[in-house]
Amino acid sequence: MRILIVGIGGALARRVALLLRDAGHEIIGLDRRPWWDHPKDIEVHEHDIRKRAAEDVFRTRHPECVVHMATVNALSAGGEERARINVGGTKAVFEHSVAHGVKHVVFVGRHTYYGASAESPLYHTETEPPQGMGAFPELADLVAADLYAANMLWREPGLATTVLRLVYTLGASQTGTLGSFLKARRVPLVMGFDPLFQFLEENDAARGIVAAIENRPRGIFNVSGPAPVPLSTIVRQTGRTGVPLPEPLIKRLLGRFGLPNLPGGAIEHLKYPIVVEGKVFAQATGFAPEVGEVETLERYRRILAGP
Amino acid sequence: MARGDSIRSLVDRLELPFNELGFDPYGISKKHLVVAFSALGLLYRRYFRVKAVGLENVPPRGRGMLVGNHSGGYALDGALVLASMMLEMEPPRLAQGMAEKFINELPVGSTWSYRCGQFTGLPENAERLLEDDRLLMVFPEGAKGTAKLYKERFSLVDFGTGFVRLALKTKTPIIPFGFVGGGDAVPTVYNSKTVGKLMGVPYVPFTPYGLALPLPAKCEVHYGEPMRFEGTGNEDDQVIRGYVDQVKSRIASLIETAREARGGAL
Repeated sequence: MRILIVGIGGALARRVALLLRDAGHEIIGLDRRPWWDHPKDIEVHEHDIRKRAAEDVFRTRHPECVVHMATVNALSAGGEERARINVGGTKAVFEHSVAHGVKHVVFVGRHTYYGASAESPLYHTETEPPQGMGAFPELADLVAADLYAANMLWREPGLATTVLRLVYTLGASQTGTLGSFLKARRVPLVMGFDPLFQFLEENDAARGIVAAIENRPRGIFNVSGPAPVPLSTIVRQTGRTGVPLPEPLIKRLLGRFGLPNLPGGAIEHLKYPIVVEGKVFAQATGFAPEVGEVETLERYRRILAGP
Repeated sequence: MARGDSIRSLVDRLELPFNELGFDPYGISKKHLVVAFSALGLLYRRYFRVKAVGLENVPPRGRGMLVGNHSGGYALDGALVLASMMLEMEPPRLAQGMAEKFINELPVGSTWSYRCGQFTGLPENAERLLEDDRLLMVFPEGAKGTAKLYKERFSLVDFGTGFVRLALKTKTPIIPFGFVGGGDAVPTVYNSKTVGKLMGVPYVPFTPYGLALPLPAKCEVHYGEPMRFEGTGNEDDQVIRGYVDQVKSRIASLIETAREARGGAL
């Protein structure tokens, strides 16, 4: 199958590309970021998905499946530009796919869609609306992109659409929201709160996306990891030092003294869990993570410790 | 249960899928359970000298819903029912209460309630726990029940109906219980919503001696035979109300039995 991966410059997207290539698929990549040492049998186009040249890739290469991994999740990224990429980019992916006969689009979204809130159920299912947007407006563009992708399920019934809500990832690339958060030796915690975090080992996350591509399930799916773990334990198991700070103080200290520069709304994610139920995806694709939560943390500890 | 068992060994014998870090898939923590039940165990055995009757009515495994009364003060009764399940059941069971929403907003309170399996009272949480064959603890009187004054300690206020719909939907047996002693331990004469607002809680109870520190009153809890109702949970309000009234009436009779069996508060 000929598969176009939009956002192939990202660490997770590259893993997905290599897994698919090894499985015998023909892979084309699209990203405005370069992939300098990409394998010769993977064709990479350096264009912004929102530009004309990107549509030419759809027109001339006729992919059967498109995987959209070009959303920006970093909360430190500029708000307006992030929104333009996430919403505008998602719209472009689907418009080009419909116009050029793509059969299947996989939108790789995030489980943070559900939001962190004191009044949320512990385990989120796919039918729930996002919560906590009032406290964290910076998430709006990711939620909008997810909802736009989900709309395609009824707007374009001829196109198989798979919307994935993937948990955090931890792995060798040291990227992603949680992976980056844990890179600092001292990690801020909100005093008196210790939310559960759910994560997948990077290779498992890539395997999950591949399972969605190969099984082509239509619908919205949470891609969960092994059992969730409290943040303070994650910090300890990965060799970091947790620094519990009172909530009013942490807001003032963000971006200073080596603490990450997060928007105020992100504090809610350090107080309340976002845990998703992944049963529906497992049933649709047979996907199950190979690496457990303890082993994933141990591997990440070794990665952070370096050689 | 063997009274010589240490709290750690009881927690180790809980039939929950803990991982090697000591957490179950809901984030319930062995370490937190040991600390919490060590303190509760002392209160249960030494301070309140709780007597639990009818434990054979609680299923040793599989889903179940403990449904009972608040006996006043604050949720002291809930904590002691949890203790009775952990200390007296064989094998020990972790009952999981449906906590008031404000608890999850409190620093420390949020962490400890979740690590000990006491989640916010949302239908989604309750249903998932039952589908997972856990033991749920429900007080259908809600916060109005904990706000009972001393003179109302043996009475029942209005019951919500959600618990019966949930029991029907998940085919869960209801184990009614009557608790007495909470109102003697915390003889509330006044509840201040103003002070509560300042502290981020619905109200703060006051007693004739001021703060609501619990007195060492004897407590007793009686568990009744499981009640099973047939249905889907989508029945008319009238049908559900009939089932609720049956449970309420059973709890009222268990309270009376416990009251007679206990004798005086001291």
